[in-house]
Amino acid sequence: MTTTAPAVRHTTGPKAAPARHPLRWPAAAGVVLLLAMAANSLVTNPAWEWEVVGQYLFAPSVLRAVLLTLELTALGTVFGFALGGVLAVMRLSPNPLLSSVAWGYVWVFRAVPLILQLLFWYNLALLYPRLSFGIPFGPAFFSVGTMDLIGPVTAAALGLALHQAAYAAEIVRGGLLAVDPGQREAAAALGIPRVRRFFRIILPQAMRSIVPNAGNEIIGLVKGTSVVYIMALPELFYQVQVIYMRNGRVVALLLVAAIWYLALTTVMSVVQHYVERHYGRGRS
Amino acid sequence: MIEIDGVHKSFGALHVLRGVSLKVATGEVAVVLGPSGSGKSTLLRTINHLERPDAGTVHVDGRLIGHRGEREILRQRTEIGFVFQNFNLFPHLTVRENIAEAPLSAQRRPKAEVALAVDRLLLRVGLSDKADAYPGTLSGGQRQRVAIARALALDPKVVLFDEPTSALDPELVGEVLDVMRDLARSGTTMVVVTHEIGFAREAADTVVFLDEGLVVEHGPPGQVIDHPQHERTRAFISRVL
Ligand SMILES: Nc1ncnc2c1ncn2[C@@H]1O[C@H](COP(=O)(O)OP(=O)(O)O)[C@@H](O)[C@H]1O
Ligand SMILES: [Mg+2]
Repeated sequence: MTTTAPAVRHTTGPKAAPARHPLRWPAAAGVVLLLAMAANSLVTNPAWEWEVVGQYLFAPSVLRAVLLTLELTALGTVFGFALGGVLAVMRLSPNPLLSSVAWGYVWVFRAVPLILQLLFWYNLALLYPRLSFGIPFGPAFFSVGTMDLIGPVTAAALGLALHQAAYAAEIVRGGLLAVDPGQREAAAALGIPRVRRFFRIILPQAMRSIVPNAGNEIIGLVKGTSVVYIMALPELFYQVQVIYMRNGRVVALLLVAAIWYLALTTVMSVVQHYVERHYGRGRS
Repeated sequence: MIEIDGVHKSFGALHVLRGVSLKVATGEVAVVLGPSGSGKSTLLRTINHLERPDAGTVHVDGRLIGHRGEREILRQRTEIGFVFQNFNLFPHLTVRENIAEAPLSAQRRPKAEVALAVDRLLLRVGLSDKADAYPGTLSGGQRQRVAIARALALDPKVVLFDEPTSALDPELVGEVLDVMRDLARSGTTMVVVTHEIGFAREAADTVVFLDEGLVVEHGPPGQVIDHPQHERTRAFISRVL
């Protein structure tokens, strides 16, 4: 049930003696020394090839790769969480068929490694060279070559989204379960229509626990996109490999990729902070 | 206004309501007393169909409750205000948004009209200065007053209260009972589950004593509270007084 304590009363007790931390200063000094050594080596050791990093950081081919990484992340997130949301609602439904289908989906898609799923979708074209659209078990209206429909980008986005949906379903389900049942009941008692109850009352409260976990997932997905290099898609990780195969500047180009992944996830963490603040409104 | 006839309700093997019948006339205030677990909440929840009775019927304002599908149930609920023990305010919405939600989305009343109604209700429960506050910043007594305003915003024909002061610190009970007394005086039809015998004595037209899923006795407060006919009623009253 809801927390109903009216207000926390503060009692003033005797002040605790400040704890002593005799090791704090030597530890801090040690850390500063190590940081200085690392920074010095980064700057002075020519093996890092900073000028090569600078040269490729904003190279058009790298920027295009960053864009593709972002695109795959966005598609994986949007479709993954949309499908995950549907699966979560199915899983919580009193209908045993719906809830077992959702359970089965999560069971399979969470168990099979992403890289395997991606290869599977990529090779789907070999299994079903043509896809037909029409009445189930009846005549087809039109059919297309699977390769035309599921190109490498679609296959990758599909694979990421289907995999992500299994995790998203569990996150959304947990979030929905965390909402006080009294909230559903109050909304029902007020005669608020079912769909409105879900989107206006329940989901915004569920978002409080969904967002931090979803943030982790999306950041994981940014890096997860690097797995699609096996499909020879020129996303960030694949692209830097192509470049260093050609010029041999392995460390510098791995640094380029690392810097971009760091930048992308940093931006996402900042966005996450504001989204969390939005859904935390009304609670201190 | 409310006619409950032979209502039964079981949860699994637990037979919670065992043939409850009760009538509450328009403008009347009925207080339901009874030990914990006697089925008071369940009875109240059958009136607005949060629980479906296994047998028996509930009529509100002459209409049978809960027999014509989801839409009709939702419409009927807008005519039946419900105030919960734990307030159940929506924590992510401001006081104003809490009160305006159902009139806007369940009754589809125009925004401007609802805004005026919200102001009027906040004045009535003495919280005009809290319109834009979030429930989390309010005291328990203030929260329950907002919850009462939220129930009243639908212009309900009856208002049901399920132990509205039981979750409150003792010093906050008075402000909520004041609002409820005011409502009772203004002619609102009310069914109140409470252990506040003082409130029952002053405000009730009828007191109903419920025990083990049955109405043991009912009548005016002077009778049921001060001169109970049944031993079980007597024992209960002497415990809560
Ligand atoms: N949804 C439910 N499922 C199972 N048992 C329930 C449910 N609601 C109430 N009960 C049980 O029914 C009995 C009566 O509950 P309730 O009506 O809440 O009593 P009261 O409000 O008088 O304390 C209690 O034993 C309670 O545990
Ligand atoms: Mg109860």
